[in-house]
Amino acid sequence: MLLIDCPYCGPRSEIEFRCGGESHVQRPGPHDAASDEQWADYLFYRHNPKGEHRERWLHMAGCGQWFNVARDTVTHKITAIYRMGETIDAGAGS
Amino acid sequence: MSGWRTDSGLVVDRSKPINFEWAGRRYQGFVGDTLASALIANGVSIIGRSFKYHRPRGLIAAGLEEPNGIVQLERGSHTLPNIKATQVELYEGLVAGPVNARPSAEFDLLAINSLFKRFIPAAFYYKTFFWPNWHAFEPSIRNAAGLGVAPAEPDPDCYEHRFAHVDVLVIGSGAAGLAAAEAAAAAPGNERVMLVEADCEFGGGLLASADELEGSAPMAWRDAALARLRALPNVELLNRTMAFGFYDHNLVALAERLSDHLPPHQRKGPRQRLWKVRAGKVILATGAFERPIPFAGNDLPGVMLASAAQVYARRYGAVPGQRIVVCTNNDSAYAAARALHAAGCASVAIVDSRVSPGAPALAAAECGIRVVQGAVPIAARGRRMVKGLDIAALDGRHRQRLSCDAILMSDGWNPAVHLHSQSGGSLDYDDALQAFLPATAVQNAVNVGAAAGIFDLTAAIAMARDVARGTAVRYPAPAPVGPTRRFADGDPKAASAWLDFQNDVTVGDVQLAARENFRSVEHLKRYTTLGMASDQGKTSNISGIQTLSALLGKAAPAIGTTRFRPPFDPVTIGAFAGRATGEDLSPLSETPSHAAQLALDAVMEPYGRWSRAAFFPRPGEDEHRAVAREVMAVRQAAGLFDASTLGKIEVKGPDAAEFLQRMYVGGIRTLKIGQCRYGLMLSEHGVVYDDGVIARIGECHYLVGTTSGHASAIAESFHEWLQCEWPHLRVAVENVTTAWAVVNIAGPRARDVLAALGSDIDLSSEAFAHMQIRVGAIGGVPARVQRVSYSGELSYEVAVPWRYGASLWEELMRAGKPHGITPFGVEAMMVMRLEKGFLHVGSDTDGTTYPQDLGFGAAIAKKPDDFVGRRSIVRPDGLRPDRRQLVGLEVIDGAGPLAVGAHVLPGEAVEARGTQGWVTSSAQSPTLGRPVALALVERGGERMGEAVRIWDLGTWRAAKIADVRFYDPSGERLHA
Repeated sequence: MLLIDCPYCGPRSEIEFRCGGESHVQRPGPHDAASDEQWADYLFYRHNPKGEHRERWLHMAGCGQWFNVARDTVTHKITAIYRMGETIDAGAGS
Repeated sequence: MSGWRTDSGLVVDRSKPINFEWAGRRYQGFVGDTLASALIANGVSIIGRSFKYHRPRGLIAAGLEEPNGIVQLERGSHTLPNIKATQVELYEGLVAGPVNARPSAEFDLLAINSLFKRFIPAAFYYKTFFWPNWHAFEPSIRNAAGLGVAPAEPDPDCYEHRFAHVDVLVIGSGAAGLAAAEAAAAAPGNERVMLVEADCEFGGGLLASADELEGSAPMAWRDAALARLRALPNVELLNRTMAFGFYDHNLVALAERLSDHLPPHQRKGPRQRLWKVRAGKVILATGAFERPIPFAGNDLPGVMLASAAQVYARRYGAVPGQRIVVCTNNDSAYAAARALHAAGCASVAIVDSRVSPGAPALAAAECGIRVVQGAVPIAARGRRMVKGLDIAALDGRHRQRLSCDAILMSDGWNPAVHLHSQSGGSLDYDDALQAFLPATAVQNAVNVGAAAGIFDLTAAIAMARDVARGTAVRYPAPAPVGPTRRFADGDPKAASAWLDFQNDVTVGDVQLAARENFRSVEHLKRYTTLGMASDQGKTSNISGIQTLSALLGKAAPAIGTTRFRPPFDPVTIGAFAGRATGEDLSPLSETPSHAAQLALDAVMEPYGRWSRAAFFPRPGEDEHRAVAREVMAVRQAAGLFDASTLGKIEVKGPDAAEFLQRMYVGGIRTLKIGQCRYGLMLSEHGVVYDDGVIARIGECHYLVGTTSGHASAIAESFHEWLQCEWPHLRVAVENVTTAWAVVNIAGPRARDVLAALGSDIDLSSEAFAHMQIRVGAIGGVPARVQRVSYSGELSYEVAVPWRYGASLWEELMRAGKPHGITPFGVEAMMVMRLEKGFLHVGSDTDGTTYPQDLGFGAAIAKKPDDFVGRRSIVRPDGLRPDRRQLVGLEVIDGAGPLAVGAHVLPGEAVEARGTQGWVTSSAQSPTLGRPVALALVERGGERMGEAVRIWDLGTWRAAKIADVRFYDPSGERLHA
């Protein structure tokens, strides 16, 4: 069970959080300009890296805030945590 | 084997005898005994039958690695299957027996399997029982092989969970663990240190040791260390606590046995406690497991691990025989030989595979212990117990027979790397020790003592202190073990040299697997079942790898180990469940009028997470009649329904309109203050997800209604869109579902009833029309009243603060009495909405339903803006002309309601294939006096009036596609 350093609340156990999958997925738009391929890519296709994965988490049983996590999918080591709208470099490493 | 009791024994209290029952016979042991030690002391040599061949088996270990001593403990509701006798603390009145013996361990009818052993090697079952298929044979094979019997009654015990956060967690309380805990507690910054021990006694190997430690006897050293630890305020000591899982980010799971050691009638409180411990640092002082030696007949009762015999003799005063032969390739077994010699065994001899053993051999010889050097065990003699042992030089020459009644074996030691490996740490193979040692750690965890391959106690203690202080650690070079005799491929004796005692896997089986090309360690495991028993191969895995290594001429590290997974040792399911059982598994919420509805004889049913009234039967009424009466009461007079479970989400802010415009299919921006509008919500995949009524309370203030089941999920989804996709929108969202109780008053007399309570809201039809909201007071209580209807009648949903919910219900029941008010439940509401043709998301829609299938295509075409799911519904599948659309079905064969789920086929269909859809909702309409149904049917919208055939489980019905609005299609009653 991961120990996640919520940028608003501090370190808490994974059971307080919900993982929302890959971060930084761009929603195509406007809707009547997006091609089927662009839309399918946005809806269904995700990176599945062996190594660093950027994903968004919700502190559901805490502050209710979404934020970004860079997690190694092999070791589960969390290398960075940063708020929505921030870039990975701006966030404090954990 | 002829076990006996000495007059010593470090931890057994001779003044306190204990009576217990084993396999139907009465025996006596002492306080401090385990079931295993008491059985040995009583001379019980055969403790069970092996899994596959039903060979007689005795104990070979003294700890949790024991593969043979699997017992059924207690009877009735307290019975526990497959418990290791070595882990059962003896208590007065204990009842136990073997698990895999018919009729008894002494005389087992299925032992005939043993005679045909050469015909049932590894994978025999898979190769032989494939015609007609494996399942034809499986029950009788499983029955022959099975272990214990699961309890038939509910678990009478309770369990609990606890969380802990510690700076340092030390696992194992041998010399290294005790030293590490003390050093950690003294190190600055460590405010909480936890030491856990699986055994009831702290001390690990010290409990069986005779060697002085830092100038003290081992038990004196332990007692002093424990006393110092107990005096420290920052140390928590837990015995009977098994660390069984090492998970991510230094989370270690523990199973603490609180009352298993007591007679069942004396147990109070929880039986076990599951701990989830988040540790800054984990010190693994988990010790090591001794390896058995593979030789012919090594599974005979009377063959035992050397260290186990040492533990039994020194800790419990239980000795497995009188004439002992100790076979070894290392020095540790000399301590066992000395322990048995000191216990008073008639003769003790040592057979050492090394040609020039050192000081321990000389010391043993001085005591009068015979030492045979450069020799290895070849075959144990005896049928049901050990009578002798053939030994020979490694090359097979100089064969001789030793007479004995117990054989002890030590093929070296495997550090207990299980938790290290679970944590993600890597392993290195050490040629000197012939064992896998912990190498790099991925988490903040360090191995000390025997777990790190450091068997010398002085060195282990020094290392443990260094690790706990965080100083540089010294790793002394381990003394190498001597050679082990390996069987030539095809040697017939290999088939009687056991590796995995519990699953009956021999060296011969590994040879067979290798010949058939199952050479990967993972394939070997699954083909032979090596290491797959409940002991998870603690005594067999490494020996199996070494056997394969010798066979293939490939180094052991190149073969590797199978993966270590939690749990390290079996954990009872109840511990994982904790308090979450029965009604507490998923507690139901109750609405404010729950008690009042029960007083009206409501039948409560779970609907999602809510307990709600299904219907209110009067004496002599069944569900069908009660529901029909409730429907007619609403249609003709007035009914009262607790709608508090409906989701209520406040959406506020300057961009609230823009936000909801993006969340809902229809237009929200144009909604005027005081007005309500039906809203359909999609997932981003375009699938219909929820529906509800959206009310505009103020310029920047909306009240969003959702279905009862989706309130939390939709509030969460609003937050996700706002935070992750549209952070610039100035909107606040709050789920207020349980802040407002809602009572729905419906029926032609609804206005009269509501008015009787007194309100500052003008309830007249002109001032307060259908699909409007008013904020004011009802009966002196702040209220939000929405004139909305799911029943199809004049209807008000009156929301008041939750605490007034019960009194609002009572007041409306009282005020409604002259009007014939009738309480109604969910079932009547579902019938009324079906008569009216109102959608029920989840019943009339599924994971493929798009809004255009429900008739929302035209509305979407008029909306220029994007909304969640919009782009998805115009992917090619959404544009197919043959999509299933929601329609009504009228029964035309004069029979009763259609079955929900029944298939819709063309009118000319003669066989049940090529379904065009299915019935989604169906009921007998009390209002119309005929059946009504909704269905999703291919091209349904353009097939109005068409006759179709309905097929369900072999029965054909006739129906006609119709408008969904069976009742009051023009909606006059809504606007009354």
